Amino acid sequence: MTGPLHAIDCDVHPATPALRELLPYLDEYWRESVIERGIPSLETNAYPPLAPLSSRPEWRGKAGQPQATVARLAEQVFGRLKAERAICNCLYGVELLFSEDMAAAFARALNDWIVKECLDRDPRLRASIVVPTQNIELAVEEIERCAKDRRFVQVLLFAMQESPLGRRHWWPLYAAAERHGLPIGVHPGSTYRHSLTSLGWPTYYAEDYASYAQAFQSQLGSLISEGVFAKFPSLKVVLIESGVTWLPGFLWRFAKFWRGVRAEVPWVDRPPQEIVRDHIRLTIQPFDAPDEPDMVERMIDHLGGDDILLYASDFPHWQFDGEEPLPPGLPDALRRKVMFDNPLATYERLKEGVR
Amino acid sequence: MNVEARQLVREGRARTKIIDVDIHPKASVEDLRPYLSARWWDHLQTYGSRSRQGFAKGFPYPKSQPLASRRDSWPPGGGLPASDLAFMRQQHLDFYGIEYAIMNPLSPTGQGDQNDELSAAMAFAANEFELDGWNARDPRLIASVVIPYEDGEASRTEIRRRSGDRRFAHVLMRSRTCELMGKKRYWPIYEAAVEAGFPIGVHVFGTSGRPASNSGWPSFYIEDMTEHAACCQAQVTSLIMEGVFERYPDLKVVLIEAGFAWLAPLGWRLDKIWKRLRDEVPHLKRAPSEYIRQHIWVSTQPMEETDEPGHLIDVMNWIGWDRFMFASDYPHWDFDDPLVSLPPSLDEARRNKIFAGNARALYRFT
Repeated sequence: MTGPLHAIDCDVHPATPALRELLPYLDEYWRESVIERGIPSLETNAYPPLAPLSSRPEWRGKAGQPQATVARLAEQVFGRLKAERAICNCLYGVELLFSEDMAAAFARALNDWIVKECLDRDPRLRASIVVPTQNIELAVEEIERCAKDRRFVQVLLFAMQESPLGRRHWWPLYAAAERHGLPIGVHPGSTYRHSLTSLGWPTYYAEDYASYAQAFQSQLGSLISEGVFAKFPSLKVVLIESGVTWLPGFLWRFAKFWRGVRAEVPWVDRPPQEIVRDHIRLTIQPFDAPDEPDMVERMIDHLGGDDILLYASDFPHWQFDGEEPLPPGLPDALRRKVMFDNPLATYERLKEGVR
Repeated sequence: MNVEARQLVREGRARTKIIDVDIHPKASVEDLRPYLSARWWDHLQTYGSRSRQGFAKGFPYPKSQPLASRRDSWPPGGGLPASDLAFMRQQHLDFYGIEYAIMNPLSPTGQGDQNDELSAAMAFAANEFELDGWNARDPRLIASVVIPYEDGEASRTEIRRRSGDRRFAHVLMRSRTCELMGKKRYWPIYEAAVEAGFPIGVHVFGTSGRPASNSGWPSFYIEDMTEHAACCQAQVTSLIMEGVFERYPDLKVVLIEAGFAWLAPLGWRLDKIWKRLRDEVPHLKRAPSEYIRQHIWVSTQPMEETDEPGHLIDVMNWIGWDRFMFASDYPHWDFDDPLVSLPPSLDEARRNKIFAGNARALYRFT
């Protein structure tokens, strides 16, 4: 490799605020609601703090809790792992609420907290906009409000929603995202409108986490089938922390059926593989193939192209071991693309202020 | 897909023996009448089937073809596709020289009905008709033990009734169960199947009453079809994580029409998760991918088609060549033709395993 290569880390998770930390960002009515109704927390079930997957051991405090403060994040992601930018994805229960107004209030508060407590504290940080998906008009309003701050580079959605992401009632959100040059980032997490598998609730957390890969397949099928990318030709969707090895098999099956039943979806007027190549990106952790270099090479080949993967550490989640978020055996040219070129090409706004 | 009948030009391939593990002979409700009590016959006349979806006739996602069937599979003498033995012989069994074909009846079978007792009565009737209506007339047609799978005990009864009967190949479930297959309510099925020496065949479809995706209801048939792979990923995950294969080490599961390119990646993903979270599932003694390797078989149709032929070979290598069994899905529109559907690069030994050897070993056909 020639010279130092600094990565753009496309998935890091600062600790979410305790509800009392959000109080200053809520208006009087919602502040009083939190206090009077005794709302304890909007933390979700998706990452039980003490579960090994939820944080690398050295990123925990004395009591075992993940220590993902912004300072710690910066020290690890920029210092130890040598990234030069990182995109904060705040995983908070805003999308789980049932009241549209409450969700909109908490989304506003959270995004303002992100600006003050993350972005203003470290100029290398960027962030995703959290939106109240309960009501698309309110979600669009929140995008319009936050997009003025160019440090917001993406709109963040949980992978499991009340309805599949291709459905037309979502489209105003995509129009807003496209207008502002914001990719849609889809991240593991659920609004808990449905059971975590399409066959009901699993027993173990290990199954919960495994089930997200099914959601990503469904969402990709929906986005393509409904014609989202025909309608929004500049839109990019980033599948974050999705795993990557499910993609080739999904596409082969989907493309075979598309050849058979495409009359049903006439707006899908080119092969699904091409649509994915032009519109879909995946972050590289967890890289869920065996760690042997020849298997990694086979998977990269199956994934079809050097453009699709984006570097990510998934801080503080415990995905990889050692010091290297990239799987072994990637050729130098591909490493450079994954670490730097692909993120820059995906996130328009990242080009601002990056060398 | 949707092929026209081929000319009988078989060349050297005619020597290949074929065991087709998925065909769908069609029965009518009237066919089942002799095996139903007056109570259930009357019930069906009055209330019909109520299978956790809203349409009295037809499907929530209309198929791409009438009855999802090949256009050329409608018998010239009338009747529904695959309802006429003579025409099915001419078009499929004799035409391809099928040695055995496993019947997986889809409807009417009562599977997944809201009324468990109706399901049990219809499962019994469907099984009797598989024997009298098909196997007795052509012994190449091997039956499945249709079970009312939402009721574990009633399913056990039906499996025990068929135990030792070599006219049955496997126990038939459908992939869209009301709860995940690893849950204890289904364990009597696995216990009885192991006792009787039957594999469990899981054929895609069914109606769970839940959205086909874990993010709600998709809009289109193409999504409904694609979702089967994700559904079976959840089922395999559940069977492993719940410890079903530890509890029933002789249990064998055949995934029918679910595709297979997802299977090895699922194992890798589960292994990675297990590496971190094994303290949650201490009952697992091995890595998840090892349970897949030992307990799961797959049917070939609908065969994944890769742009690079080598990718398909990679995928099959990762699963293991002893785990694939040829399936045509006759008479459905996405039928795989045995003359052209396997990768042309396969050597004779692998072709023979997939066309017949693996099924012969699993089902102990002589």
